[in-house]
Amino acid sequence: MGVNNQDSTPRERWETAASKMIKRFAERKERFITSSNIEVKRLYESKRKEEVGNLGYPGQYPYTRGIHPTMYRSRFWTMRQYAGFGSAKQTNQRFRYLLEQGQTGLSVAFDLPTQIGYDSDDVMSEGEVGKVGVAIDTLNDMEQLLSGIPLDKVSTSMTINAPASILLCMYLAVGEKQGVPFEKIAGTIQNDILKEYIARGTYIFPPKPSMRLITNIFEFCNKYVPRFNTISISGYHIREAGSNAVQEVAFTIANGMAYVDAAIESGLKVDDFASRLAFFFNAHNHLFEEIAKFRAARRIWAKIMKEYYGAKDSNSWKLRFHAQTAGSTLTAQQPDNNIVRVTLQALSAVLGGTQSLHTNSRDEALSLPTEDSARIALRTQQIIAHESGVADTIDPLAGSYFVESLTDEMEKEVMKYLDKIKEIGGAVQAVEEGYMQREIHQNAYQIQKNIEYQDEIVVGLNKFTVDEEVEPDLLKVDEALEKEQIDSLRVVRDKRDNKKVKMTLTALKENAKDEKANLIPLILEAVKAYASVGEICHVLREEFGEYRGV
Amino acid sequence: MRRKIRVLFAKPGLDGHDRGVLVISQALRDHGMEVIYTGLRQSPLQIAQAAIQEDVDVVGLSSLSGAHRTLFPKVIEELEKQGAGYIPVVGGGVIPSEDIPYLLEKGVKKIFTSGSCTDLLANYIEELINP
Repeated sequence: MGVNNQDSTPRERWETAASKMIKRFAERKERFITSSNIEVKRLYESKRKEEVGNLGYPGQYPYTRGIHPTMYRSRFWTMRQYAGFGSAKQTNQRFRYLLEQGQTGLSVAFDLPTQIGYDSDDVMSEGEVGKVGVAIDTLNDMEQLLSGIPLDKVSTSMTINAPASILLCMYLAVGEKQGVPFEKIAGTIQNDILKEYIARGTYIFPPKPSMRLITNIFEFCNKYVPRFNTISISGYHIREAGSNAVQEVAFTIANGMAYVDAAIESGLKVDDFASRLAFFFNAHNHLFEEIAKFRAARRIWAKIMKEYYGAKDSNSWKLRFHAQTAGSTLTAQQPDNNIVRVTLQALSAVLGGTQSLHTNSRDEALSLPTEDSARIALRTQQIIAHESGVADTIDPLAGSYFVESLTDEMEKEVMKYLDKIKEIGGAVQAVEEGYMQREIHQNAYQIQKNIEYQDEIVVGLNKFTVDEEVEPDLLKVDEALEKEQIDSLRVVRDKRDNKKVKMTLTALKENAKDEKANLIPLILEAVKAYASVGEICHVLREEFGEYRGV
Repeated sequence: MRRKIRVLFAKPGLDGHDRGVLVISQALRDHGMEVIYTGLRQSPLQIAQAAIQEDVDVVGLSSLSGAHRTLFPKVIEELEKQGAGYIPVVGGGVIPSEDIPYLLEKGVKKIFTSGSCTDLLANYIEELINP
């Protein structure tokens, strides 16, 4: 945003920033009006100075009102539906379909063997190949997955953590084959290992070497892939595992601080990587608490980055986030009701200023979404964007007594947890002691009891129930796929230059021993030689060991 | 006095969703049962061995990743191989209703799907073990 003129008022600085922004991205309409021809202004604000202080203007520290000076007046959030199942070829078809339907970014779901670093023919992979996402064994699968999709035009988010470096390298290698240089590649890897230990379960290595791989990625991307978001620090799964909203933000920010600490310790400067950190939150049921949560999270992160870490670049202060509606709130009973839940949850993310959004499909408590359900989920976002008018003014709920008070209170409660985690010795220590896991579990158990005693109503589940109608059509992953994937992996193993594979893997192993070495260039070489995810992870398992739960 | 009912809960395969299994473990403990939870990523063989070693009355399997059709029957096979086919196996998670007849046919006693009440499970196990 350039150098701020200290003589100008915050309001003037916002106006300058907004008009600069509008020159780059014109607003969606010349004039925004209601049905009654009342003009909707870009911004509504309090006249009281002290209120402005803690909120800031949109695009201004501490970013309570959003990270961009014009927010959705210029551009809607990115509509990014998480998809992937079966083979790379099938998922490629779904991607092309979603892009044709107006989706603006890709989001790849990988199957569990890929996420945990096993090849499809590993005995551990039995029954899991292609089930919750696409199976990727080698670069060959990645080439098929991205076939016909120009990597300089789309940004791709990959839900991959322990083997994030490998999938990132595969993506870069496909880009290279398409003639797209590293510096033009845009996207996000989840790469957030701490929440895997806490809530999601796809860890491989122990915390220390895992943190090293993460900082290796920060360093590599800072140099060569500057448009790539190197981590998506995720509260989503913490919430899905049963935390409340305050715990979701507190544990996520504590994890974020652990990554910043690790990167600084490895010799990076905070402003060299902080602007590439992204976040991922849950959009849950309580509409106003969720809105307040997003606003509070932005404010807390900005303060921490500026005041605690001393970051100078304003881009380092901005908490950018992706949101997804809460899968765990969806019911298997009367599944069409889930469309309504998702609508309200998605609305909270939009009113909270999200940068991108995934809306869940109505049938997710039953199975993987069908194409029909996935389309309704995307349409839900499109209706909020194009029909509801909520995106026509910036941060429309600012100044609501309730929302501002909730925002302040969430900030206070989150800070209490952060103090507590600091006392324990930081997020890594807290994870190893199982502190966050216990907190989440206690809350999850409480929620279950509340539902069973009807202290919490879930429509269609513990009230307003019906004798269930016929189950809707569900997506089926072909059982033959596992065998096909294994066959195709064997063909690649036969065709590739196995001497080269061995050479690259040996080099990786040697360097893994040296804590100072950055492993990403070595993983890139192995990937290009068509070494598999399982083979690369096997080498690293030998050096790093494996994590077993607490 | 009868001994407490002993339950083994296990997560076969690679699925990491353990909210449900943790909640159910605690609920059954509150019902006075002894619950052993294996943790994530257990192979069918490991689960069968744990069931025998811990001398449990019932095994509960949880899967939300779609691998139930392969893995639940494998656990039963392993139990039978080890001569412990008498230990009843129940299952839960994200399991489409059309898969339930197949799992029952393979020897799973009962499937508890998403939204099931913990009391229901506790009573079912009580009846099953001490009819």
